[in-house]
Amino acid sequence: MFREGENENRIPSGCAISGIFSKKGERISGESIIKSISVMHDRSNGLGGGFAGYGIYPEYKDFYALHIFYDTQAAKDECEKYLERCFEIVNLSKIPIKKTRKITNEPLIWRYFVYPLPVRLADSHLDEDEYVVRRVIKINSEIKGAYVFSSGKNMGVFKAVGFPEDVGEFYRLAEYEGYSWTAHGRYPTNTPGWWGGAHPFAMLDYSIVHNGEISSYDANRRYIEMFGYKCTLLTDTEAITYIFDYLVRRMGLTIEEAASVVAAPFWSTINKKEPQEAERLKYLRNIFSSLLITGPFSILLGYTGGIMALNDRLKLRSMVVGERGDRVYMASEEAAIRVIEPDLDRIYAPKGGQPVIVKLNDDVKI
Amino acid sequence: MPINFIHPEYEVIRDFNKCIKCRVCERQCSNEVHKLDPDHNIMTADDSKCVCCHRCVSVCPTKALKIVKSDHTFKTNSNWMPETITEIYRQAESGGVLLSSMGNPKPFPVYWDKILINASQVTNPSIDPLREPMETKTFLGAKPNKIERDKDGRLINNLPPQLELTLPIMFSAMSYGSISYNAHESLARAARELGIYYNTGEGGLHEDFYQYGANTIVQVASGRFGVHKGYLDAAAAVEIKMGQGAKPGIGGHLPGTKIGSDISKTRMIPEGTDAISPAPHHDIYSIEDLRQLVYSLKEATEYKKPVIVKIAAVHNVAAIASGIARSGADIISIDGFRGGTGAAPTRIRDNVGIPIELALASVDERLRAEGIRGNVSLVIGGSVRSSTDVVKAIALGADAVYIGTAALIALGCHLCRSCHTGLCNWGIATQKAELVKRLNPEVGYTRLVNLITAWRHEITELMGCMGINSIEALKGNRLMLRGIGLNEKELEILGIKHAGE
Repeated sequence: MFREGENENRIPSGCAISGIFSKKGERISGESIIKSISVMHDRSNGLGGGFAGYGIYPEYKDFYALHIFYDTQAAKDECEKYLERCFEIVNLSKIPIKKTRKITNEPLIWRYFVYPLPVRLADSHLDEDEYVVRRVIKINSEIKGAYVFSSGKNMGVFKAVGFPEDVGEFYRLAEYEGYSWTAHGRYPTNTPGWWGGAHPFAMLDYSIVHNGEISSYDANRRYIEMFGYKCTLLTDTEAITYIFDYLVRRMGLTIEEAASVVAAPFWSTINKKEPQEAERLKYLRNIFSSLLITGPFSILLGYTGGIMALNDRLKLRSMVVGERGDRVYMASEEAAIRVIEPDLDRIYAPKGGQPVIVKLNDDVKI
Repeated sequence: MPINFIHPEYEVIRDFNKCIKCRVCERQCSNEVHKLDPDHNIMTADDSKCVCCHRCVSVCPTKALKIVKSDHTFKTNSNWMPETITEIYRQAESGGVLLSSMGNPKPFPVYWDKILINASQVTNPSIDPLREPMETKTFLGAKPNKIERDKDGRLINNLPPQLELTLPIMFSAMSYGSISYNAHESLARAARELGIYYNTGEGGLHEDFYQYGANTIVQVASGRFGVHKGYLDAAAAVEIKMGQGAKPGIGGHLPGTKIGSDISKTRMIPEGTDAISPAPHHDIYSIEDLRQLVYSLKEATEYKKPVIVKIAAVHNVAAIASGIARSGADIISIDGFRGGTGAAPTRIRDNVGIPIELALASVDERLRAEGIRGNVSLVIGGSVRSSTDVVKAIALGADAVYIGTAALIALGCHLCRSCHTGLCNWGIATQKAELVKRLNPEVGYTRLVNLITAWRHEITELMGCMGINSIEALKGNRLMLRGIGLNEKELEILGIKHAGE
């Protein structure tokens, strides 16, 4: 079995992505996103599918929801001992699944709602998020057979080896409701048998679904690893997730600014801007030059209260955006939008490097 | 007269059927190899004076000349090689230190030639540089480790001073004195035209060249020649020279014969005196002293110019670079053991220091491991010979490269490695007016611009192959490289996989 990151294997892949967002914060059933991604069946090859839903755990919205894969009972025991040392565990359970013949060899899949032990948090001199990030990285890199694949508040990632529509059914996503959903179908160029390699990839509440193979990977990876991240999977998506976590949460950039770092405008474009704007863009490109991403990508970045669609600067991957009322749809193909909303107010293909950012309306509380 | 043990290394071969006895070879050879024998009315050559610089070959109108390596031989011996034996003869005769010029010619491994570059196939597209923008703009200088905003939330530009280059190549330090006025003018004009920088070396800045200040890096070396306020103010950046790849651990010596009036004025030393740079800076005996010089220069230039610290690639280079990265320096420049020189003791040039490829890889990795790679930019030199060497250097982790020897070759240098004689027939490494004028700065600068323009085309082609359309995405992108014929340890130090992995 080929596992990403093991023996330093790096696996390129093609993909399909889709997203739905309600600006009013209306809770949308997971059924819609399954229907949308299933249209693009041929863009995946059954070796990875997954979803991220936001606003799905309103009853536990103040706690970090850790979704963890375990290869063995021993890994689970070890990891839980570690979790107990770091966190107050408010609730733990198996993630409910529906056995199907299409999804096989599943690991143990558990969910924990936690918050950092106050004394340990105070001792660490870290903020809550950073405390959680460090624990997640530690589990993923040091506890063999345990893998945290979701760690945000009031959101969750669900992924597996299989076609995305089967993965959705397996995780019974029709039973969840959220204001924002993203989905991914994967077409890796070899045969990973490991569930952690599927998308979305998430850190805290930032989740990424991604279609593409970035040519800047090792430049990005070696830079971001300076700041404590460990790109153990050697996948683009993992690196992109860390880049956004670093730029937005740790450096304090806005999502828009982060977009103009990873898909920076060409110098020829910057030179045509007003002097103040040109200086701003030049500044961002200069100080974060190692986080520029080149090569084809289309990504959906989900985060609490918003979603961003972004293409590489040359638009080497397809991506369309549709709007209807308060709903915004983003997908690799128009068909994936039309199948759930045939009657759109507007549909367009964003330009390369132009972020499409959609946020909850100001009056919405989730 | 004692017996001369040394047989000439090269022979001048003249085709007498072609020779028209125009005597241009005789007039052009500063080493006085050629002579007309008036009694027999034929041209003769004293092979023992020939340095194999090809000046006569190039100017001969009938192509009657060629230089060949002598097939004269010692009795075969795999331990005592002809060169070794000859050097002993020379030292036994003179009692002196052997002197050499230009870079280490010994057959050490050239790692550039054992590294292969990647290209995109199927899973991502290659990019055609003729159709798509291909960016090579590079900034050198420290980057802030946090952003700041004004009260309206706008980003404040908190960048320390930066150098902006149109592509990551600069002309490395070569002093006025070691090379000629015309060579300097060619470099300065080319740097301005190309939007890059050239480096004065330790010989000061001739007053005629202050006009190129915006593209000039001035050097402060252990001899402090030509250093004054106006010199620092004229430049875009200041480089502290701690060491040189060709002669780590020793200083420099420009003989008094080369210190004419212009050079004396520029270096601020009396005419005809030897210009001796001490081995260390006598105000820098440790890292904390370096920090003081870095900040003295920053104070003197009001924190408006980046300060570069140049070191030779030696065994402990990673730890040294790590110290420099915390010393306030904005840029670290590392010179490998194949780097050129106007004169160096042969034994030092050929045996001291390490290859730049290994030094670069270990410094870049060390600075990243310590999380301080953003504190400094990394510029490397010491035999960057082609656009592929540049691409490999950037992918290993350099921000930019310095080229010296390649630039001189563009000006006409034939690598005869006799700079220390001061008789450069090509007008480059000489101060003799009649030789200097052979290098026309107009032609010289055009050839330098051509060379870098050609390399830019090649670099963007290579980037396009890799699916990379901006040079910053190549920096430190070691997955784009594979080693060939390297052992595990070499691969580990270079941080690359073997071809086929």
